[in-house]
Amino acid sequence: MCPHGYYTLMRESKDPRYVRLRVVPSARRLRPKKRDFAVAGEGLHRPPRRIRITIGARRREGAPGAEQRVFLIQAISRVGLYVADQVEGLGRFGVFTGQMFRWLLTDATRWRLLRPQLYQVGVRSLPVIVITGAFVGMVLAAQSYGQFDAIGRASWVGAVINVSVVKELGPVLAGIMLAGMVGGALAAELGTMKVTEQIDALRAMGADPIKHLVVPRFIATFLMIPFLTVYCDFVGILGGYLVSWGYGVDTHEYWMHSADVIENFDVFSGVLKSTFFGAAIALISCYKGFQSRQGAYGVGMAALEAFVSSFVAILVLDFFVVLFLNGVYDLLWGRVAIFV
Amino acid sequence: MSEHDCDIAGRPAAGEPVIRLENVWKEFAGNVVFRDLTLGFGRSATTVVLGPSGVGKSVMLKLILGLLKPDRGRIWVDGTEISALSERDLVPIRTRFGLVFQGAALFDYLTVRENVAFPLREHKDLAEGEIERIVREKLALVDLEGTEDLWPEQLSGGMKKRVGLARAIAMDPEVILYDEPTTGLDPVTADTINEMILRCQRELRTTSVVVTHDMASAYKVGDRLVMLHEGRIIADGMPDHIRDSRDVRVQRFIRGDASLSAGAPNG
Repeated sequence: MCPHGYYTLMRESKDPRYVRLRVVPSARRLRPKKRDFAVAGEGLHRPPRRIRITIGARRREGAPGAEQRVFLIQAISRVGLYVADQVEGLGRFGVFTGQMFRWLLTDATRWRLLRPQLYQVGVRSLPVIVITGAFVGMVLAAQSYGQFDAIGRASWVGAVINVSVVKELGPVLAGIMLAGMVGGALAAELGTMKVTEQIDALRAMGADPIKHLVVPRFIATFLMIPFLTVYCDFVGILGGYLVSWGYGVDTHEYWMHSADVIENFDVFSGVLKSTFFGAAIALISCYKGFQSRQGAYGVGMAALEAFVSSFVAILVLDFFVVLFLNGVYDLLWGRVAIFV
Repeated sequence: MSEHDCDIAGRPAAGEPVIRLENVWKEFAGNVVFRDLTLGFGRSATTVVLGPSGVGKSVMLKLILGLLKPDRGRIWVDGTEISALSERDLVPIRTRFGLVFQGAALFDYLTVRENVAFPLREHKDLAEGEIERIVREKLALVDLEGTEDLWPEQLSGGMKKRVGLARAIAMDPEVILYDEPTTGLDPVTADTINEMILRCQRELRTTSVVVTHDMASAYKVGDRLVMLHEGRIIADGMPDHIRDSRDVRVQRFIRGDASLSAGAPNG
């Protein structure tokens, strides 16, 4: 059967030595000609003398709408192949995740493997996260001060900055910066290891690459992201305060209003959310690295895909975790208005 | 091995093969690499598999270790059929092998010491002192004493291959597989690697499979030479037998002369 799923192309040879023949399109065009197909034989001692290729057996030349029908069938076939491809990719990711959790739960990771990853994820990404967090807090203060000052409630600016940073911007920005820094680096590192046969070397020595490479990176990202989120929150709040102080907002009122609107649950929910982001970044990035294609381009694409997929996953997860946590909060304490 | 130790076709009379590929077919995206390949590797002998680039020599090593599965056919290692085993069940088989990769495939996040110690830490419960002793011993065997604390990026191509060899023999394997051990090295370094292979063979009494297209290396280390062409074996025998082959494809390869035609005289 032709990969287009339309043309009937195969014709048997009477040669008794015939084993298997496939007709492979060597060029893609709407009206293929015989020369567009190559015959691939397998297990032939000598190729059969004559192979008849019948093109367009079910297609009537000149019939009204024939061109459109071909186009439609090809379009459906392409969509089908794309969907099948995506489903297959999801399935592979599922198997990969399952194997990772199996190793995580059944075999203790060695400190020797975990320590460099903790350093890489926790310490190396700290400066970028601190700078990002501080500037976000400062921008929030600069953007909101004018409006609050206009209604004579300049000291409320602290409430807005702190709610935004602690509940949303801190964890999401920490996640995104980690996806960019650690996610891209993980995918590129594992992709290079795959290309240079280091992953095959692990398997050849009877070691499982998921256990050795993925589990320590997963644990490190999962454990470090809450700390990075807290740092991001802290410097964001500090940055917001410094700018507000610069505008002449009263320090006591600033912190009093801030403390009024922030609850322990907000801090907890922000930190909890970040662990989901950390897990997603590690799993997606390691998976993309393992799936990397050969060459510099393949590794580069793996890093790019790791960042983009992690970024999207963070935003999608954020939405669903927020829905869930709001539900939990309403159930426990009921809905309370912040600004009254 | 003397002339008398070979059969009528020139094959060395090694014992029962430790590895056996039986009617193996392997295809990659429409490109058939092996067509019904049947080949055995005798115990304690060095078999060199020759063939042009892309003939599937490295694929054969990966099939033997179960890193790739054959499309059809079976692969036996000491009476165990490995082509049907799961990744987990393959672990005890793989620990009996050492594989030297074409590009060395050293773990670049580990030092030379940790690279060589890797299989020991993974499979044996040894004290640190014992691991250190084995690492030193294996590095001495490949003439790389004192390099324990270097990183792979600080090593030359030849040194990387030697560390790869030290890592492959760390577990005292029964079988060592070499994937293009001399490719990309200058002639002197390549000869040093050949000497290492011979030394390992002599001192460890292992079964060795070397895939290469370097004829000098093949003649030097091989007890038996097998030549692959388009997924099939076209020559199999002792080095002299291959050298005297009347097959023009074999002569073309061993002389490195693409212009050699079927009518040209041999010898």
